[in-house]
Amino acid sequence: MTEEIIKDVIIGESEDYIINVGPQHPSTHGVLRFEVCLQGETVKYLIPHIGYIHRGIEKMCEAITYPQIIHLTDRMDYLSAHINNEAVCLCVENALQVEVPERVKYIRTILAELNRLASHQLWWSAFGMDLGALTTFFYGLRDREKILDIFEESFGSRLLHSFVMPGGLMHDVHPNFQKGIKEFIKYFRKKLPEYDQLLTGNVIFHQRAKGIGLMSKETAIAYGVTGPSGRGSGWSCDIRKIAPYSAYDKVQFNECLETEGDTFARYQVRMREMHESLSILEQLVDNIPEGDYTAKMKPIIKLPAGEFFQRVETARGELAVYIVSDGNKSPYRIKFRTPNFSNLFVMNTITSGYKIADLVAVSGSLDLVIPDIDR
Amino acid sequence: MGIKIKSMKYEDFGDNESLELLNTLGDRVFMTTVDNLINWGRSNSVWPLTFATSCCGIEMMAAGASRHDFSRFGIEVYRASPRQADVIVVAGTIVNKMVPVLKRLYDQMPEPKYVIAMGACAVSGGPFFYNTYSVVRGVDHVIPVDVYIPGCPPRPEALLYGVMQLQRKIKGESFLKPGENANSIL
Repeated sequence: MTEEIIKDVIIGESEDYIINVGPQHPSTHGVLRFEVCLQGETVKYLIPHIGYIHRGIEKMCEAITYPQIIHLTDRMDYLSAHINNEAVCLCVENALQVEVPERVKYIRTILAELNRLASHQLWWSAFGMDLGALTTFFYGLRDREKILDIFEESFGSRLLHSFVMPGGLMHDVHPNFQKGIKEFIKYFRKKLPEYDQLLTGNVIFHQRAKGIGLMSKETAIAYGVTGPSGRGSGWSCDIRKIAPYSAYDKVQFNECLETEGDTFARYQVRMREMHESLSILEQLVDNIPEGDYTAKMKPIIKLPAGEFFQRVETARGELAVYIVSDGNKSPYRIKFRTPNFSNLFVMNTITSGYKIADLVAVSGSLDLVIPDIDR
Repeated sequence: MGIKIKSMKYEDFGDNESLELLNTLGDRVFMTTVDNLINWGRSNSVWPLTFATSCCGIEMMAAGASRHDFSRFGIEVYRASPRQADVIVVAGTIVNKMVPVLKRLYDQMPEPKYVIAMGACAVSGGPFFYNTYSVVRGVDHVIPVDVYIPGCPPRPEALLYGVMQLQRKIKGESFLKPGENANSIL
């Protein structure tokens, strides 16, 4: 009898206790709100509330022209800004049946991989910091600045470079482009083992990450969790392999798969993807063909009436662009299937039954970018 | 050995001649106003709140990291709670749903508090000024802004310059006579 009273009244284990994580909370990486229902210290269920950064990008796109849409797409998933631009450009090019020059395809692929590397470096920094390892922040961002230097030299901007245009590129790359990338590959090949020494083998990190946030392959497929998070559960979902675009059919690379499906598996996939990105860069950087930086395009781009679809692999998963055109210079309706939206809503399934402290580790391992969810 | 400060009478501290005597005799004494001292302390330990809504937050992180070392200006201690913060760097777009949250965060900060609007979205709505139904066109519709930093997103150097401007602004404040310029007293 007394035990029941202690359990019920003093510890309050029989009661549900609801707390809000966010919208302003450092572990949510932006303005996301989790309504977490706790029983003691265990998460019973979790409801994500979105919309705190809903800017209405899809609606805005209906009033502007296709080259203008490019500038809005890199404000969605700003960490893989270049890849977002590429998705819209590929869709427009498919609709117009424009053949882009080989040089453009190579440069686009190189930029996509550089962007993926920069994104994974930032994720690694932030993930370590979520789990209490502050040093990862300085190591990761130190190396990320080297990539941003290459971007800045060619496009004049560090983070959001609307460099890809329908039909090609905005202008040609800087003469030092290849040299800079070669230097970076040499530099980062040496620095990448440091990442493993610092975090991958750490005992505390293993205890925080192994066996936490288990996601089965069936769950990943049911929720449409793509990208490194889905591949950590053994789901082969790499668009670069399934439906190659740009120059991905010309390079050899492995799709990184792990079968455990826990936080550590998702971590391992991203660490291995950094190695793969470096090897893709090595294969491409010496073979950039000479030629034009853009195909011949009309000054005003009008898509034929119809529906057009294109998907690419961003640093977080599958981004799909679906354009409905009525023949005008702006789309009738545009829909972005963003990876983070699907990746977020699996949170309830994979955190239920774990402790509240594991919530931070799991949400960090999914690598969420909030403006990409809300658009 | 000269005169020790401990041996001085209390009344003599108001006397400039005694202080000058102290200086000439080798004891280290300097004179300033209370405002200057307080502003020196305040302006060099401005603690920001971690409040990043979108892309500008990444540049804010980059400003705090290895290359652009934020802590040279004394503002490296990012606080997760508004009750411990002095300045709120609004980095990113503010939409209608976020406005009550932002207002509450600002109200929870203790005085003196400052606001830096970082990036085109926080300054004026930026790329989301036209054709949208949910974006607040400038954060100054909600809370008073001290420093505006343009750019989409601004470089980390721009943020550092904005912080230096805020420090200049803090150095002009008067603690004893609020609302007056401290430098006009001198």
